[in-house]
Amino acid sequence: MVKPSLGKSGKIVSVLSCVLLFASLLAGCGGSNNNDKASPSESASPSVSASSSASESPSETESSKPQDKVTISLLVDNSQDAVNVAKALVDAFQAKNPNITVETETRPAGSEGDNFVKTRLSTGDMNDVFFYNAGSLMQALNPEQNILDVSNEPWQSEVIDSFKQTVSFGGKLYGAPTNSSMGGGWFYNKKIYADLGLTVPTTWAELMANNKKIKDAGITAIIGTYKESWTSQLIMLADYYNVQAEAPNFAADYTANKAKYATTYAALRSFEKLEETVGYMNKDYLAANLDSGIKMLAEGKGAHYPMLTFIIPTIVQNNPESIDDIGFFAQPGDSPDKNGITVWMPPAAYIYKNSQHVEEAKKFLAFIASPEGMAEVGKVAKPTGPYVIKGAPIPDDVPQVVKDMLPYFDSGKTAPALEYVSPIKGPSLEQITVEVGSGKRKAADAAALYDKDVEKQAQQLGLAGW
Amino acid sequence: MTKVWKRTYTYYFLFPAAIIYLIIFILPTFMSFFFSMTRWTLQDWTYIGFDNFKTFFQESSLNIGFKNTFVYAVVTCGFKVVFGLLLGVFLTSKIRTKNYLRSVVFFPTLVSTIAVGIAFSTLMHPTEGLINTTLASLGISGPDWLGDTRFALLSVAFVDVWKGVGFATVIYIAGIMSIPEEYYEALQIDGGNSWRKFWNIILPLSRPATNAVIILAFIGGLRSFDILWPMTRGGPGFATDVIASIIYKQYQAGFYGLATAGNVILFLFVSALAFPLSLYLNRREVDL
Repeated sequence: MVKPSLGKSGKIVSVLSCVLLFASLLAGCGGSNNNDKASPSESASPSVSASSSASESPSETESSKPQDKVTISLLVDNSQDAVNVAKALVDAFQAKNPNITVETETRPAGSEGDNFVKTRLSTGDMNDVFFYNAGSLMQALNPEQNILDVSNEPWQSEVIDSFKQTVSFGGKLYGAPTNSSMGGGWFYNKKIYADLGLTVPTTWAELMANNKKIKDAGITAIIGTYKESWTSQLIMLADYYNVQAEAPNFAADYTANKAKYATTYAALRSFEKLEETVGYMNKDYLAANLDSGIKMLAEGKGAHYPMLTFIIPTIVQNNPESIDDIGFFAQPGDSPDKNGITVWMPPAAYIYKNSQHVEEAKKFLAFIASPEGMAEVGKVAKPTGPYVIKGAPIPDDVPQVVKDMLPYFDSGKTAPALEYVSPIKGPSLEQITVEVGSGKRKAADAAALYDKDVEKQAQQLGLAGW
Repeated sequence: MTKVWKRTYTYYFLFPAAIIYLIIFILPTFMSFFFSMTRWTLQDWTYIGFDNFKTFFQESSLNIGFKNTFVYAVVTCGFKVVFGLLLGVFLTSKIRTKNYLRSVVFFPTLVSTIAVGIAFSTLMHPTEGLINTTLASLGISGPDWLGDTRFALLSVAFVDVWKGVGFATVIYIAGIMSIPEEYYEALQIDGGNSWRKFWNIILPLSRPATNAVIILAFIGGLRSFDILWPMTRGGPGFATDVIASIIYKQYQAGFYGLATAGNVILFLFVSALAFPLSLYLNRREVDL
C-alpha cells in the first residue's frame, strides 16, 4: 500500500516540477516579449521601405525618381528630450523634402540602449539613421564596418573641430551633431547662496567650505541620486578639465597604458574629491533617482547638484518658475587660475552603412548639421551649451544658467570629457563611484580598482599596448 | 523492412522536438564553450584561449558574487521550503475558504517578475516607501532596505520568497493530498495529536515534494537575476552582485566573449552544487 501511494505522489510532484520549469521558460520569454513590444513600428518600417524601394525599381526613368516617396527610419533614445528633438528635426525636414518620410522609433537610453544598438547592428537590422553618443561609445560600434563615412559631406566645414575629433575613427568622420554641447559641473541654488552669503567657488577648498556652511545651516549640501548609479560618476568625470590642466598628456598616456589613475596625482584627485563629499548628501541618496534630484534642486531642497547641463530643459519644462534661481559653475580645481569646464559633446546622427536609402539619409544629416536644423532643435530643446555648428548662435532667451557657461567657452577654458578623447572607459566606474561616494571604499583603493577595470576594457577592445 | 519500420517508427515522432532541442539548446551550449575562449564582437571573433576565464576570475566583485549567490540560494530555498510546507499543511486542513486562499497564495507567481521588482523597490524606498512610512507611523525608523549593504540582499531574497512561495505551496499541497487516508486512521486509533500527525506522517511522507522544492528553489536561487536587477542592479556599488548580474554587466559593456566565459563558469558552479544535492536527496528518498 505504501509504495504505490508514494509513487503517485512522486508522479504528481514530477508533473508539477515540469509545469514549473515550463512556467519559468514562459516567464523568460515574457521578459523578452516586452522588449519586442516596445518597438512594434520598427518591424513594420523596414518592410514598408523595402516595398517602396521595390516599387521604385520598375519605374527607372531618372526624372520620375525624386518624386517617389521614400521612407527612411530613424532610431533615437526614449528620453523626452531626444524624442522632442527628433520630432522637430523630422517635421522641419519633411516640410522641406515632401518626398521623404522619416519614421521615428525609440530605444532605451543608457547601457541598455548600447546593447540595443549593438544588437541591431550585428543582426543587420539597424535603422537608416540613428542618433547615438559620440566619443568612445561610437568607437565601440566598429564604425568602419557599420557606419557610413561622411567625411566628404559639404556640411563638415560647418562643424567645429573639437566636435569632429569625437566622431572620428581611423581618420574618417562618421557623424553630424544633433544638439548643443553640454557642460559637466555643479548646479547651485542661488537663493541658498544668497541667504547664506556664499560666493561661487573657484577652488575645490572653497567649494567644500561652502558645503560645510550649507550643511551647518541644516540644508542638504549636495544632492545625490545614486539609485541611477551613473549619476555618481559626475564629480569624477567633470574633474577632467582639472586633470588635463595639470597633466596635459594624460589622455594619450592613459590610452597607451602609460598613465594610471592610481599613480597620476591629478587623476587620483578626481576620486579624492568624490571621497570628500561623503556625508554631505541627502539622506535618501541611495534611493533617489535623477528626476527626484532635479526636483530637489528646483525646489531648493538641496544646494548643489553635480550633474550635466542636459537637465536644464527638464527644469524649464517641470519647474519654469525656479529656473532663474539655478546657477552653474565648473568643478573647481585646486588653484583658482586653472578653473575651466569639462564639456560633453552632443549625440551624433549616423547613417547605417547598409542602409537602402543612403542619399535620403545624407540629406537628412545635412539638414541636421545646418544652422537651420539647430534652430529647429533650439525651438523644442533649450540649448544646454553652445552649438557646435558654426553660425548657429544660442538664442538670447536661454535661461541664465546656460549663459553661466559662456565665460568658460569665451575664454577657451574648456576640455572635452575624457570619454571623448580616449576610447577606454571602464564599465564598472559607476559602481566604484557609488562605493566611494557612499564611503565604502577609499579613493586610492578605488583608483587602483578602476585601473584594473580599464585594463579589462582595453584588452577586450584589443587595443595596442595592453 | 516492415518489421524494422514497426519497431522504430515511434522514434520518428521524436524528430521535430529533437531538432528544436538541438537548435535552441544543444547547439548554443556547445557554441558558448567555444565563444568563451574568444574575444567576440558578435560579428567577428579572435581566439584568445583561457584569457577570458582568467579575466573573469580576477573580477573584483567575483568573491562577493559567489558568496551572495550562495547565500541568496540557501536563504530563498530555506524559506520557500519552510513557508511552503506550513502553507501546504494549512491549505489542506479543513478550512472554509480553502480554494480562495489557495489562489491568493499562488497569485504572486503569476505576476511579471520585473513588475514585482519595481513595485517592491518603490515600497522599500527609505523615506517615501509604504513600508518605512508605515513603520514611521508606529514610531520605528526603518532602514534603507535596498540601499544599506547589510539588508539589500536579504530584502531582495524576501521578495523572491514572497513571489516563489506559492509554487512551493502547490507542490506541497499535491504531495500532502496524495498521502493515503489509512495513515490518519491509524493515527486516530493510536490516539495521536495534530503534532504527531504533522511530525510522523505529513513531514516524512511529503519528502518527494520537499526534494522537488529544494532542488528547484536552490537552482533557481543560484542563477537568480530577474528580480535582483530591477531592485538593486547589483548595487549599491557591488554589494548585491550575484554571478548572473556580474555576467550581465559584462554583456552590457560589450564583452561578449568574457560574458560567455562567465556563463560557462556559472553553468559549472550550478552543476557542481545541484547534482550532488539532487543525488543526496534522491538517495534519502529511496531509504524511506
